[in-house]
Amino acid sequence: MFTIESLHQPQTLSEVKQLVEKYPDITVLGGCGFLKLSSRKIPVALDLSRCELEKIHETEQHIEIGAMVTLRDIEKNPALNQWFDGALPKAVSHILGVQFRSCATIGASVYAKYGFSDILPALLALDTQVELLRGGRMPLVDFLSKPITRDVLTRIVITKDKRRVSYQNLRNAGADFPLLNAAVSKHDAEWKIIVGARPARAEIAVQASKLLTSSAYGTVDSGTVAMAASMELAFGSNNKASAEYRQAMCQVLVKRAIEEVLA
Amino acid sequence: MKLELLINQKIYALDVAPDEMLADTLRSKGFLSIRKGCDTSCCGLCTVWIDGKPVLSCTMLSFRVAGKAITTIEGIQPEAEKFARILAAEGSEQCGFCSPGFIMTVIAMKNELKNPTEQDIQHYLAGNLCRCTGYMGQMRAIKTYLRGEVQ
Ligand SMILES: Cc1cc2nc3c(=O)[nH]c(=O)nc-3n(C[C@H](O)[C@H](O)[C@H](O)COP(=O)(O)OP(=O)(O)OC[C@H]3O[C@@H](n4cnc5c(N)ncnc54)[C@H](O)[C@@H]3O)c2cc1C
Repeated sequence: MFTIESLHQPQTLSEVKQLVEKYPDITVLGGCGFLKLSSRKIPVALDLSRCELEKIHETEQHIEIGAMVTLRDIEKNPALNQWFDGALPKAVSHILGVQFRSCATIGASVYAKYGFSDILPALLALDTQVELLRGGRMPLVDFLSKPITRDVLTRIVITKDKRRVSYQNLRNAGADFPLLNAAVSKHDAEWKIIVGARPARAEIAVQASKLLTSSAYGTVDSGTVAMAASMELAFGSNNKASAEYRQAMCQVLVKRAIEEVLA
Repeated sequence: MKLELLINQKIYALDVAPDEMLADTLRSKGFLSIRKGCDTSCCGLCTVWIDGKPVLSCTMLSFRVAGKAITTIEGIQPEAEKFARILAAEGSEQCGFCSPGFIMTVIAMKNELKNPTEQDIQHYLAGNLCRCTGYMGQMRAIKTYLRGEVQ
């Protein structure tokens, strides 16, 4: 369990900015699910729970999710269930139990860029931007490709469009980490195929996505595209599954996701 | 940090450390139904309600729940007892260590979901582990409880 020497509870983002400038090593407290697994000594901790970041806000064009929104709030949010075939609520609903999801926050889940994440593939399948205190707003895909730097993630912004989305995952046991997951989306004629928990971080299968986008429906079958995705991406082994198994299962999950989007 | 916590509808003036988790604060005030099983946010033994929603008190910083309503099993004793009797009648109350957290989640589910299916029940209770039973007796007990049958 971590220990905290001093705690700051700012009420506005400009106060947060001042604190981050004053204490470059400040530690943001999310829901503490991961933090509490370490025995870190935290000299200066930052609590964002008074900064109005605990809300999901729907505008005409976007759904904005504050960094302190819990995974359970996402699971139950009517707008997120209504849009994108409910892919994001579906993805978070596999993470441990209801009580845990009422603690863990979306800001930490995205900021930490976990390889096993159920959330990142689903968010990558959407038109998602992240808002960082110092780094400003950028597409999630760009944020994920950068090394982790000291910053504070304040919001996630998803464009409301009529895309169809499917999220698939494979686990050895119900509440375990996924050993592989995939998300597929189709917006107008553009397809996106994402595979995560390889066990490396979720990544877009660019070539397979292009193959599917450029082919008129019926000329390339979902199995061929799924095979292309499994050949394009790298897979590794760990105590949950071997690289070979992941590569084989990638074909199953991607094919299933494409067919669900087409259904 | 000096703060006031509303526990089972009673206000407690407390002095907590900034890194103190709610499970420890509650136990220090005598709410011994709160158990720490895994301490890695996996087992659900420490479940309490914050504003009616089940959360893991081992993972919730105490200062964050100031101004919110905290409920432990001691605060809903008659309802908890009703379900506990059904659990016992089904033989699914074995060592009993997980029972307080389990009962808190079941009652929260009853308050939240209308006519849950078996799959809904399994999903809602995925965060409550029991190492004695095979969950079948518990499932029977939950169904009996949801049907409103008194034991
Ligand atoms: C036992 C266990 C099982 C899990 N299983 C899964 C699973 O199956 N699938 C899955 O997708 N996830 C899983 N997770 C991860 C979980 O969903 C959360 O992503 C994780 O707990 C981090 O969220 P938190 O709010 O608890 O963050 P914390 O533990 O509070 O923080 C994690 C890190 O992020 C930093 N941080 C927090 N908020 C911000 C912010 N706004 N800006 C910048 N940095 C920030 C913290 O300083 C810390 O370094 C699991 C976690 C645990 C503990």
